[in-house]
Amino acid sequence: MAAAGVNQAGASLWGGGTSPYAISSKKLGMWLFIVSDALTFGTMLIAYSYVRVASEDWPTPFHFWPSIIVASIMTFCLLSSSITMVMAVAAAKEGKVSSAVRWIWFTILGGVLFLVLHANEWRELIHEGLRPFENPWGAPLFGGTFMALTGLHMLHVTIGVIVLGIMAAGLKRGRYTADHVEISGLYWHFVDLVWMFIFPLVYLLSVDRG
Amino acid sequence: MSASQANGHAEGGTRLYLSVWAALLAMTMVEVVLAYIQLSVVLMLVILMGLSVIKAALIVAYFMHLRFESASLVWTLVPMWVMVTCLLFVFFPDSFRLFELRWP
Repeated sequence: MAAAGVNQAGASLWGGGTSPYAISSKKLGMWLFIVSDALTFGTMLIAYSYVRVASEDWPTPFHFWPSIIVASIMTFCLLSSSITMVMAVAAAKEGKVSSAVRWIWFTILGGVLFLVLHANEWRELIHEGLRPFENPWGAPLFGGTFMALTGLHMLHVTIGVIVLGIMAAGLKRGRYTADHVEISGLYWHFVDLVWMFIFPLVYLLSVDRG
Repeated sequence: MSASQANGHAEGGTRLYLSVWAALLAMTMVEVVLAYIQLSVVLMLVILMGLSVIKAALIVAYFMHLRFESASLVWTLVPMWVMVTCLLFVFFPDSFRLFELRWP
């Protein structure tokens, strides 16, 4: 942490320091987006918990195999793609462009793997009869909350994969700098962070103990 | 600014990030095991959410680098999120008595 009230230029913030957060405006913008998006996901998780507590007979359709195992592998994919993103940012900051691009591609691979496994899980659940407002297992709103939460998260991962693809291509051509990589990394880590709450609340609390 | 940031090099280094990653994976595995242990719902929720908050804090602090940013940024972002999320819980007690509230 910085010494209180002193910015990069050394001028006191109270005396009209020029950069109170000591970061670029792009990065501040991404942080503000992330904190508002975190509120969106927080609200949706609270709404999910509310509906769950207020419903009788909440479904527990997640069997150890394949659901929980696959969801754990998906968690592993996202966590590992976060560490490769950290490596990409570090490489970009050191000016190693080709190394950064390679790490970004590993990150994209983790994200795409997550999306494929997740889409396949949706397909199987829909095949078993899951619909937004009905399902064969119990409380009808299970489908709505499950699809809204994981669907919005999947949308975020998809956008992240596209952004990282653009980054990888642009970084190679010199269109983007290490700052851009770091800022898209912030978004990617946030998507990972959200999953750290969806995984226990949606999956682990709905396991089918047989 | 810390001394290491002044020379423009990222804090932590690969070993720190890898240990954070390993800790996150370990906590995820503990969560999966917990899901199959018979515990009371409240205790289970407390442990799962506690672990998730620790994981989120690790990601924000190290992967998202917030630990090495200026304190003013932390104070701008984190308390706002915590306060608004706490306010959302104002409605939550209704869920426990929704059946009594229903008409008729």
